[in-house]
Amino acid sequence: MNIEHLSSFDPRGSHLEPAEFFAAAAARLGAGGRAVAYFAVPEGAAHRLVLALAFDRESRLEAYSTLVSGPFPALTSSFPQLHLFEREIYEQSGLKPEGHPWLKPVRFDSPGAEPGVADYFTVHGSQVHEVAVGPVHAGVIEPGHFRFQCHGERVFHLEIMLGYQHRGVERALAAGPDARSVHYAETLAGDTTAGHAWAYCAAVEALCGAAVPPRAQTLRAVMLELERLANHTGDLGALAGDVAYLPTASFCGRIRGDLLNMTALICGNRFARGMFRPGGVEFDLDPALIKELKLRLAAAMRDADGAVSLLWSTASVADRFDGTGTVPKAAAEGVGLVGPAARASGVALDSRRNFPAGPYEGFNMSLSGTGDVHSRARVRWREMQKSAELIAGWLDALPGGPLKAGCGPLKPGAAAVALVEGWRGQICHFALTGADGRFRSYKVTDPSFHNWMGLALALRGGEISDFPLCNKSFNLSYCGRDL
Amino acid sequence: MIKALFERLKQGHRTMKFPAEGLQLPHRALGLPKVRSARLEKAAAACPYGAIGGAGLDLGRCVFCGACAKADPAAVEFSRDYRLCASSRAGLEVNSGDHARAEALGAELRRLFGRSFKLRQVSAGGCNACEADCNVLGTVGWDMGRFGIQFVASPRHADGLLVTGPVTKNMELALRKTWDAMPSPRVAIACGACAIGGGPYAGHQECAGLPADIPVSLYIPGCPPHPLTILDGLLRLLGRIE
Repeated sequence: MNIEHLSSFDPRGSHLEPAEFFAAAAARLGAGGRAVAYFAVPEGAAHRLVLALAFDRESRLEAYSTLVSGPFPALTSSFPQLHLFEREIYEQSGLKPEGHPWLKPVRFDSPGAEPGVADYFTVHGSQVHEVAVGPVHAGVIEPGHFRFQCHGERVFHLEIMLGYQHRGVERALAAGPDARSVHYAETLAGDTTAGHAWAYCAAVEALCGAAVPPRAQTLRAVMLELERLANHTGDLGALAGDVAYLPTASFCGRIRGDLLNMTALICGNRFARGMFRPGGVEFDLDPALIKELKLRLAAAMRDADGAVSLLWSTASVADRFDGTGTVPKAAAEGVGLVGPAARASGVALDSRRNFPAGPYEGFNMSLSGTGDVHSRARVRWREMQKSAELIAGWLDALPGGPLKAGCGPLKPGAAAVALVEGWRGQICHFALTGADGRFRSYKVTDPSFHNWMGLALALRGGEISDFPLCNKSFNLSYCGRDL
Repeated sequence: MIKALFERLKQGHRTMKFPAEGLQLPHRALGLPKVRSARLEKAAAACPYGAIGGAGLDLGRCVFCGACAKADPAAVEFSRDYRLCASSRAGLEVNSGDHARAEALGAELRRLFGRSFKLRQVSAGGCNACEADCNVLGTVGWDMGRFGIQFVASPRHADGLLVTGPVTKNMELALRKTWDAMPSPRVAIACGACAIGGGPYAGHQECAGLPADIPVSLYIPGCPPHPLTILDGLLRLLGRIE
């Protein structure tokens, strides 16, 4: 069935008999559908499989569901973009996707599971060796386990085993809504607080039919773009650091802090905690603050321009960036990449354009690339320029009116999908309510859930020494994926 | 090369002075809370984390959402003071008296670590915001290295373990192995609400918490702690700030 983005719908309309469901899923995926969520919800003694598909170019969403109580046919072999969704369904519900090529654990959250202990893909042969890294890594970063199958420096295959950050945040969200829910949303991925908090608020607002005032929507968008600016700046600096080009690394580290401080100027917190609440926002801007923000933004972008320009004009950087870690367009589409990583591979996909809300109406930006580290860096810089332009425009013409609309009780027996383009890519929150008007299920798809496979593909045939560089060009979230 | 040098001149010297007179958190930030009344029932009822009880507020459980101050501004008020750290779990309790700040290590440890303090950070189930604010201390803006403090790759090279996150069951073993790999003498630091008491994830079955046998020498509250709070705590621990 067709569903509306950001408005509640009756999920009963999505029901199909199992045979029809799997046929429809395959047909719609074959017709260009991209899975934004695929999960199982307990229903009586059985489980309901729910699949939400986006048809990005047509700005359309569809949802299908069915009841299953045992093994069901896996679609991953035909549609690799479902690989992690089906593994997750298996781990969470015990329903086995029959024919899934690789049913590895996702978060090691089943009885008897030991984190990191699973069957790994191995390559055999003379002089083939294995390199294992993590969960604790060299830097101040999140934990994950990486296994490289190498021949000399050359990487045949990289396998990424995560789940160490699994803290039950999605499960706890589904027990809401309550006073802690919005804090859970804010910490799904701490560097994407604005993105996830907005998606949570939008899902709740859709379920209670609240109309968020334009001023609140614009202020939310300012926060979202500041978050994008800060993270892209930090990553461009880190990319420079990974190729030992220290000027840009050191400039960008500082500029990122200046951008985080702008967020703190608005809401007190460098990560936008406390800004987003269902119905609107908690903090307003007055003319003096707007003036200060504009000055700081102009200064930060001037410095960022100088720092980042050095990357493009330095031969040693070009030598490391160009042609490294290439993910071809077909592969990016096949595994369902999102965000700057997808755009850098030539996949035109941006929720701000495909599913615009509030101040993003009319948003347009076309980006492309060849899928290498250079493309991912270039796309990030182009996005920064656009974000700065958007913020400056919004600050000049902030709509008047209130900051918040009232949020009544959630509609019982309803569902809603909220898509937000976070800095890593599309965030999807899919909420279902029960007869009591509380959540029956709350499904979060962080962009990293789609994109980790992209990093594995980027390393194929590459050199192991390029791993940090490739990794940073994606800079994926462990906690957003592990939930 | 010449372009890089010009750019270096343009970007200028950007390292902040620390500690500096009058340094405070941003205007809208929530720093050290003040407990203004003995009647905290209303504020306590507004806290989703049970951080308020008896006559005080527990900074270790607080995620600085400000719900208590909003519910009862006469009872709790947040200042812009970033100096939140404490040396003991009990020291995180804020009541109507003055907040006792973190104390320095003993003379012997101060002699060893005072001018060169290497930290191994382990991220154990948090949201990556604490990590971001630890990382920022290494940038030119903060330049933690000028105080002799540095994050290192190997636990073998580390004097201190800085833990972030609620310690998920899936990270329990890795954290334990990291601690075991550190040579004595060593200290442990709990950074952020999660590491101290579970933070937003307090009570989750997926989280194990910091093992009781790893003695914590410094508690850094916040969700996440502001870099000012972290740096202040580290320097107090080393006896560099009185």
